[in-house]
Amino acid sequence: MTRASHSPAGPDPSEGQTEEASPPSPSPGIVDVTKRFGAVRALGGVTLDFPRGQVTALMGENGAGKSTLLKILTGDHQPTQGHIVLGGERVVLDSPAKARTAGIRIIPQEPEIIPHISVAENVYAGALPRKSGRRFDRAELRRRIDADLARLGFADVLDPNLLGSQLTPAQRQLVEIMRALTGSTAATLIAFDEPTSSLAEHEVDALFALIRRLRDQGIAIVYVSHRMQEIFQLADRIAVLRDGSLVGVQQADTTNEAELVRLMVGRDLSTMFVRQRVATDRLVLDVKNLTTDDVHDISLRIHAGEVVGLAGLIGAGRSELALALAGDQPVHSGTATLDGVPLPSGRPGAVIRAGLGLAPEERKAQALFLQQSVRANISQVVLDRLRRSRFVRRTAERELAQHYTDRLRVRTPSIDHEVRKLSGGNQQKVVLARWLARKPKVLILDEPTRGIDVGAKAEIYQIIADLAADGVAVLVISSELPELLGLADRVVVMQGGRITGELNHGEATEESILQLAMADDIISTRTPGASS
Amino acid sequence: MTTTSAPSPAVKEPSGGSASSMPKLLSRISGQNISLVGALILVLGLFGVLNDNYLSLSNMQVIAEAATITGLLAIVQTVVIICGGLDISVGSQAGVASVVSAMVFTSTGTNAFLGMAAAIGVGLLIGALNGLIIVYGRVNPTIATLAGLAAYKGLAQLLSDGRAQGYVLNNDVFIFLGRGKIAGLPVMVWILVVVAVAVHILLRYTDIGRNIYAIGGNDTAARLAGININKYLICVYALIGIVAAIAGILLTARTGSGQPTSGSEGLELKAITAAALGGAALKGGKGGIGGTLLAVALLGALENGLTVQGINSFWQNVAQGALLVIAVVIQQRRSGERAVGLPN
Repeated sequence: MTRASHSPAGPDPSEGQTEEASPPSPSPGIVDVTKRFGAVRALGGVTLDFPRGQVTALMGENGAGKSTLLKILTGDHQPTQGHIVLGGERVVLDSPAKARTAGIRIIPQEPEIIPHISVAENVYAGALPRKSGRRFDRAELRRRIDADLARLGFADVLDPNLLGSQLTPAQRQLVEIMRALTGSTAATLIAFDEPTSSLAEHEVDALFALIRRLRDQGIAIVYVSHRMQEIFQLADRIAVLRDGSLVGVQQADTTNEAELVRLMVGRDLSTMFVRQRVATDRLVLDVKNLTTDDVHDISLRIHAGEVVGLAGLIGAGRSELALALAGDQPVHSGTATLDGVPLPSGRPGAVIRAGLGLAPEERKAQALFLQQSVRANISQVVLDRLRRSRFVRRTAERELAQHYTDRLRVRTPSIDHEVRKLSGGNQQKVVLARWLARKPKVLILDEPTRGIDVGAKAEIYQIIADLAADGVAVLVISSELPELLGLADRVVVMQGGRITGELNHGEATEESILQLAMADDIISTRTPGASS
Repeated sequence: MTTTSAPSPAVKEPSGGSASSMPKLLSRISGQNISLVGALILVLGLFGVLNDNYLSLSNMQVIAEAATITGLLAIVQTVVIICGGLDISVGSQAGVASVVSAMVFTSTGTNAFLGMAAAIGVGLLIGALNGLIIVYGRVNPTIATLAGLAAYKGLAQLLSDGRAQGYVLNNDVFIFLGRGKIAGLPVMVWILVVVAVAVHILLRYTDIGRNIYAIGGNDTAARLAGININKYLICVYALIGIVAAIAGILLTARTGSGQPTSGSEGLELKAITAAALGGAALKGGKGGIGGTLLAVALLGALENGLTVQGINSFWQNVAQGALLVIAVVIQQRRSGERAVGLPN
């Protein structure tokens, strides 16, 4: 699908050169851009400018066309119709290299870091300084990187000698930002694609300070995010896409959350989820002093019908705890019992049979079989109940898959559709459908709504509420605090692999959770991205 | 694109009785298999026009017999490729089994069953060893079985002193295996059919098969879904050892003696080519026995046709290498991977 799109139907393919100046606007932008992939229209007639010295936020549900728009700006895709304007002139950006030379930079959602080379080499990869005869000039590289670090104010948070594999998520992002801000031509437009999805709260603050500084230098900032709070902190203008069309450009100070959501989904939606409390006194999961490589001395109890939230910064050990409970990490000491029976350690299959399910953090990498059908993905953990002397009962399997597809309203043409063709929200519903079909006594949901659009989020909250109402003990790990506060009966907070506190529904607030998540003693030594 | 996506809307309709079995069957034939059938018809037609004897019943039997050993190895190669692995030592394993079957047969006073049992036992051990090295030694399957390709070939040569061993065609059992017929079809072909049907049922209709596809599709997800992937991988490699041993026994029965290398060398290339042509994705998670068998038939028909036309056998090597590359290029094109750097 990449290659087919090269037909230069709209713009003149003549080597990124200028034509008779169209609208004399100094800000970069796109004019009447349409992008089709075969029969699918990803963008339709979008005209949008990105004024210099302003942050333009780009919002929209998954599949609204945000990524396609970014890829057209960065030369990854060619518009089917329409063109890009830079410095008042029409340009053709037919490769990422050309876009870079033209001053357009993107900070991708997942930083691309080469693990075995230093920060300095990572920043200058592909353009390493050299002496005559192609010899690598190590001293010059060092001089440049030191100058860059000083200029950008990263000197005390990023050691240029660290290897790529040693970096924290925040530092990886800094490396991408340095790549964007170095080089022979100055950046005129920088696009950030959901930069905070792998950052902890305090790192986000530092990132925002940096973005504001870049904005004040007159760079046009494009900021893609799902998080309302961030958008209102940062953006000057907010452009909303829906189904490939631009449905509105709002000034940040004259709009509000409800209006944006309405624009995005085309309907009103209450963003805050409030759930009925149905917790019972019957203890289901009892973890005592559990210690693994990554987590230490964890004690945790969850009752039937209870939803416990697990909060903490990135790297606090939440996902590692989930994987340990699911039998995927060796346990050094401590116990976990389910209904009084010890959970087997190191054997995920036995843990599932004992009644504990985990919907892991990375649904594509850790949960889904992307090339396989919705049906096969749902039935995979239930096969032992669907088989008769090792033969899978096909009719029963289809009925089961159909039942849960309907119940969770998974939007798929049929249960035989490949999962990779579904949107992120529907993929997550397939993962949940799998566990609903298994009917576990304890269900751990690790970031169940990450990267999912607003409409699907609300549906997933309802599914969690229904599970609790059925008496399932639920542990929800989430970095979105409003979500945890809305869902959880209790919030347990982790930091540095340990539990630092527990807050009941009444006493849990974003502030109180953050305080526990950021106990001072460890933060200064573990996450250097903090200072700004 | 392969048969995985087969149960299309046609299956959903209330399938009561025999009337619906025909569209059901048709809906299971995927695009890839249709192109294979097309290519097969093309090859048969081409050589049939060039040579009158090519399409004769006797020549068809020659093709089928010649393709049997390749077919057996291609079937198990398909299973391991679906798992996300690879085994390039299958030919060497067959060589060891061939030598062992003939030597044990001779040394036990011409007991064919002991000879075959010993060969299958050795095959099982070698296969399991491959699996253990890959899983617990953390050796990439390609590297581990590349080492096996050399080591097991050497083992066969050591055991046999590099020569053909024993003479088995004085034994009814071996004669039956190599030359016998049931209902007009060679026994060898029947063995292929039985193995193919058994593996097909295993892959398509049992939870074991589902788990094999799951492991190849996403091993992390498979592990977290409760599949003991170490056990599965070792068992799959052991299965390869057993089927490679059966192929080795048939090699012995067909040539009349235990062959350390002749007849088994290069079989790994044929097996992998057939699996790839048949639609097994080298990344794992996709493939099926139907496609692989069609590809085996295509390769067999092509090889025989080139031989009948008297084309230099060196060209056949070139043709085979080219086919493997073409098959994989087509796969990668379909998966839409971008041409940047080393492929996954």
